[in-house]
Amino acid sequence: MAHNAGALDRRDTAWYVDKAVEWLVFIGGISAIIFIVGIFVFIGKEGFGFILGRFDFAEFFFSPRWTPTSLTNATYGALALIVGTASVTGFAMLVSVPFSLGAAIYIAEFATGKRRETLKVLIEMLAAIPSVVWGFIGLSLMNPLIISVFNVPLGLNVLNAGIILGLMAAPIMTTIAEDALKAVPDGYREAAEALGATRWQVIRQVVLPAAKNGLVAAVLLGVGRGFGETMAVLMATGHSINIPSSIFDPVRALTATIATELGETAEGSEHYQALFALGILLFAVTFVINLTADLFVRGIKDK
Amino acid sequence: MASTESSRAAIETQKLNLWYGTFQALFDVDLEIKPGIITSMIGPSGCGKSTFLRSVNRINERLGYVRTTGSIRVHGRDVYAPEVEIIQVRKQVGMVFQRPNPLPLSVRDNILFGARLHGEPAPKLSSSQADEIVETALQKVLLWDKVKDRLNQPAIGLSLEEQQKLCIARLLPVKPQVLLMDEPCSALDPAGTEAVEEMIWELRGDYTILIVTHNMAQARRASEECIFMLLGKVIEHSPTDELFVTPGDTRTADYIEGRYG
Ligand SMILES: Nc1ncnc2c1ncn2[C@@H]1O[C@H](COP(=O)(O)OP(=O)(O)O)[C@@H](O)[C@H]1O
Ligand SMILES: [Mg+2]
Repeated sequence: MAHNAGALDRRDTAWYVDKAVEWLVFIGGISAIIFIVGIFVFIGKEGFGFILGRFDFAEFFFSPRWTPTSLTNATYGALALIVGTASVTGFAMLVSVPFSLGAAIYIAEFATGKRRETLKVLIEMLAAIPSVVWGFIGLSLMNPLIISVFNVPLGLNVLNAGIILGLMAAPIMTTIAEDALKAVPDGYREAAEALGATRWQVIRQVVLPAAKNGLVAAVLLGVGRGFGETMAVLMATGHSINIPSSIFDPVRALTATIATELGETAEGSEHYQALFALGILLFAVTFVINLTADLFVRGIKDK
Repeated sequence: MASTESSRAAIETQKLNLWYGTFQALFDVDLEIKPGIITSMIGPSGCGKSTFLRSVNRINERLGYVRTTGSIRVHGRDVYAPEVEIIQVRKQVGMVFQRPNPLPLSVRDNILFGARLHGEPAPKLSSSQADEIVETALQKVLLWDKVKDRLNQPAIGLSLEEQQKLCIARLLPVKPQVLLMDEPCSALDPAGTEAVEEMIWELRGDYTILIVTHNMAQARRASEECIFMLLGKVIEHSPTDELFVTPGDTRTADYIEGRYG
């Protein structure tokens, strides 16, 4: 009787569950890769038609004239859009970096118990506000506020979108920065305090340098968030093609341009393909930002 | 400021009780630790040795749920008095931890960390002053020759023995009067232990040293007085030779002969 042999190769439910889960997880992982590659191929296919054909490097990067719908002389200068996105994102970082680092330092190093939990929940709630709501705030709250406070004719501009985008990027920056601070071993703080450092000296001279990589990653991910944001930026920038000379000038973002124009172009047309070229640019920039952030995060773990 | 009577002791505690939340870890600890000598503190794990050390420089307070009653005087000054600045206490009382804990800085910056915090009157040190501080401190812990070519490398890269010596060296520029050492050799191999012990012995006289150890041989070799603690209480405090040869309490004798954990 094969009693022993039977016992050794018996496969019970747990074995099948294990195999099934293994496969599911594998498919999940593979599909992420397939989607990324798929998106890249799709955008690439549409955009490269333009890049290889009509594309004029000097015009695309150095001309502020984006007039794709002109019947006689369509131009595809993305400079104003690039500057628009960059200025709004840059201003957003001015708002967001001090705010987020401050909040992260407070939560990680000073707040305790209930207060800390409350703050964390609040910040997570901030992250959950849909971007169209932020745009709405920009449009109907910030707009009149900026007009009356600064006495300018228009409140939809770099300032408005920058503040809105800064607040939108703050939760992710705060959360990642806080993680980075939390990852600093408590022994460092104890050692420095035992040497007679005040809490601020401990933070300034020990904790922040030790968390440097994670903090840089937090800021970069915030920048990435800013670059990719569409709806709120569309609503708060004024959406007019312009190289801004002050924070009170309206601008137009890359993302918002794609979102508003894509539906009105004929599939496969030059304009349609040019929008995909903008998409490739956005994709490339956010890819580089995220990759850099990732390298910085890895930097922490190597130590 | 200090009366002649109290200035005799480097550390003097009266009726020191300490609670972690509701758990009482120290009971009526009365101790008088003499200046300029090495006093060792022994006792089974969990008897409150670390707790005692950590209340002398008030580092215990980081936890936020520690309550202390009674008094601790360091060279006559009550360190728990309301007007006392905790920074000044920690300047006077240096601490060495069980695991070497160099800061994530270079060897040089580790040594200069305390000096830069407390530098007077201007906190900016010239680089020649800084070089001198670094060399003096490292010479004192017999580490200079070994690390003088690696001053700008991360301290984490040193061996554990070197790290622990560095952790002692970085206290010296702050000019503390008292050094608290909580099992400073427990993370080291026998050779490292011997080297660090020897170095601690060299510091004798310049500093009052209170060293916790679970290594009885070490306590015997390296200290002039010895304190035995059990369950949060001081059982015996006498000259080391006496404590080991003719313990005054049966519980001390039991511990020395290895009858506790
Ligand atoms: N942070 C803490 N929170 C609560 N209880 C603690 C804490 N640290 C130590 N204790 C308790 O206090 C007692 C004394 O601990 P400790 O001073 O570390 O002993 P020792 O250093 O002699 O081994 C132990 O019972 C320990 O569990
Ligand atoms: Mg201990």
